[in-house]
Amino acid sequence: MNTLMTRAIQALMVAVLIGAATFAMMRALPGDAAYRIAAGRYGYDNVDTAAADAVRDELGLGGPALPAFLGWLGDLLRLDFGTSLVTGQPVIEEIGHQLGASMALAGVAVLLSLILGPPLGILAGLRPGGVLDRVLLVVSTGLKAVPQFLMALILILILSVQFRLLPAAGHGEARHFILPALALALGLAAVNARIARDAMARIGAMPFYSFAQWMGLSPRQTLWRHGLRNVSVPLLTYLGLQFVTLVEGVVVVEAVFGWPGIGHALVHAIFSRDVPMVQGTALCLGLSFVLINTLIDLVTQRIDPRRAA
Amino acid sequence: MKHTLAVLAAALVTSATPVLADDTLDVVAQFEIQSAEPSTSGYIFTRMGVAETLTNADPAGVLVPGLATDWAASEDGLTWTFTLRDGGLFHDGTAVTPDAVANALTIARGKPGPLAKTPVTAIEAGEGAVVITLSEPFAALPAYLAHYSAQILAPAAYGADGAGVQVIGTGPYRITDLAPPLRLKAEAFADYWGNAPHVPNVSYAAVSRVETRALMAESGEADFVFGLDPASVARLDMSDAATVHSVAIPRTLLMKVNASHPALSEPEARQALSLSIDREGIAKAVLRYPEGATQLFPPSVGDWHDANLAPLAYDPEAARALLADLGWTAGSDGILTRDGERFALTLTTYPDRPELPLVASVLEQQFRAIGVELTINTTNSSEISSGHQDGSLDLGLIARNFGLIPTPVGTVLSDYAPTGDWGAMGWQNDEIIALARSVGRGDGGLEAQKRIAEILQTELPIIPIAWYRQTLAVAKGVEGAVIDPWERTFGLQDLKLAQ
Repeated sequence: MNTLMTRAIQALMVAVLIGAATFAMMRALPGDAAYRIAAGRYGYDNVDTAAADAVRDELGLGGPALPAFLGWLGDLLRLDFGTSLVTGQPVIEEIGHQLGASMALAGVAVLLSLILGPPLGILAGLRPGGVLDRVLLVVSTGLKAVPQFLMALILILILSVQFRLLPAAGHGEARHFILPALALALGLAAVNARIARDAMARIGAMPFYSFAQWMGLSPRQTLWRHGLRNVSVPLLTYLGLQFVTLVEGVVVVEAVFGWPGIGHALVHAIFSRDVPMVQGTALCLGLSFVLINTLIDLVTQRIDPRRAA
Repeated sequence: MKHTLAVLAAALVTSATPVLADDTLDVVAQFEIQSAEPSTSGYIFTRMGVAETLTNADPAGVLVPGLATDWAASEDGLTWTFTLRDGGLFHDGTAVTPDAVANALTIARGKPGPLAKTPVTAIEAGEGAVVITLSEPFAALPAYLAHYSAQILAPAAYGADGAGVQVIGTGPYRITDLAPPLRLKAEAFADYWGNAPHVPNVSYAAVSRVETRALMAESGEADFVFGLDPASVARLDMSDAATVHSVAIPRTLLMKVNASHPALSEPEARQALSLSIDREGIAKAVLRYPEGATQLFPPSVGDWHDANLAPLAYDPEAARALLADLGWTAGSDGILTRDGERFALTLTTYPDRPELPLVASVLEQQFRAIGVELTINTTNSSEISSGHQDGSLDLGLIARNFGLIPTPVGTVLSDYAPTGDWGAMGWQNDEIIALARSVGRGDGGLEAQKRIAEILQTELPIIPIAWYRQTLAVAKGVEGAVIDPWERTFGLQDLKLAQ
């Protein structure tokens, strides 16, 4: 209960801080917001001073900062995120649509990374310095070093163009998930595998682990009863941190695969100075960060054998 | 875990089905759908054959009937009557009445766009026709009504404030699912007034990265892929998945020049910059086009292009001589100076069209060769417009569309009569203003157009660099694809699927 209370206060502070920071940053950016919004709406063929003036009149831009920020905060307390300056649609609807698409993609990516990374890492950690361990070190370093943009293109070239197995891009069907999720998952799995390997190697070298085997448990039983639970604690903690990498990756990967997600929305909103959209998406990302860390805290509290004791 | 792998494997297998098995033609282009608002996303609805305009244009730019069957101006040129097609129906089943058309055009005129720049004073419903009143004669009006923002949607398509809330058009395709920002689906509209389309279902997907679009064409994931980069075209030409089409379009890559800048106010200085540009090299190496621009208007804009005009040349020696005559001398670092001022300029451009920053970096080298220092600022496209307005722009590298309406006169009027955000800056020519207005009124004729091109060529308020081409990859098995040089339609209703 204590954890939840702390986290709730934290969430509130995150909301106010993110709102203030994005608001200040968007205001501090050089260039006339009315022109940027007009370019976002009408495109480069049609943006001109007349369009910018029309936008300025319509939106009442250029007023003092403090009332505008307090207004946003007040609306937020009533759960009103405002409307997008570019599309004129309610921000909450746009984010709802896009956050769903991103969460689904991120969820599949994390799942895929957990299937790929930790099992290999644990196997490698059981025999530190073995062939698998050394190969895994090279492969995971390599995978982590490939930028996600490049990874995405390589995957499309191999799996879509060469072997025609999967769609190169698109959204809407299950098969559209595989490539973008894989592009994200390989980078995550590379690190997951290292964390799992290090944790396994450390735990495997501990006296209690040898003691368990000395008592007569088979290596499989030892791993199952005493290894996995211990390995999963740093792994889960790290998963919370990986969320940041994931958000970063989602922005890039969504652009490559034409995925209508929140990363895509955020980039566009920043480019066309769509302040309510930027505040809304940043807020959603910040709060999901708090939420995910809370969940991970709760789970680790339950499974950590040291606390359970 | 086994279960998940099984699902993945199943997905892998099902994905290998043929592309057109579902009778849906998949279109992919770079344009994102913002909402149902015609002034911002209307060009997607007209291109997809969902919405229509009163007038249309053939590939040569000649106006042909759309929802209006014919049109005529009164004797004094102040009243235009557009006779509407009989039997036109909106996708919600309501009739295309003069009231509905007048409503759509009145709403369009109140929003930023070409129609707002016309001397229209009133749009009213007449007997089977729409009557438009002007404050001064304006012969180009029918061409303005071909612009996508003047598309005719049913009254129910607009909210109380005039914003588009739903796309209820009259075209051969009716939207079944509109999912901004990236997707729409449409089916053939059974009650269409014209020929029924051959392909029953079409879908549109916005994919912003050109690499991805090209790969979708190559992998057969999309059937109709618009806007390809030179490298992808070269690769797709070797692929057996798609056929690449390419056509010259009325769009010119040009450099906007601030003629009130101290270093750029003399026409000779602008000529020197023009002479230092190796257009052929840029066209072949960067854009992979057969030729560079020899004048502002590309051959694709018909009689605005004057084949007899002396072409823009590449001659860095002559450029250096011109600048020396103007009193510029090279400093120790090779950069020219005059009265203690360095010949240093900032070139502003935008990444929306990926070739622009590339061309900018080539220009940086070519200008340096004649002693002009260039700093490149790649930013938002609106910086060109706002830099024009506050006078802070030196040079702007832009892609200017002469086909916003199916005649360049619209762009000429807004860019050079007298100046424009995307045209002349700090340069004004009374003759061009008079000529452009006379062409707009309809009494200028061919001679006026030629003279406009000639003045722009000698004075160089803007420096043309290349003429654009539009590219399209169409899946093998799809027949009848043609690129509309005016970029108004994808021509989906004329496509056929090979059996």
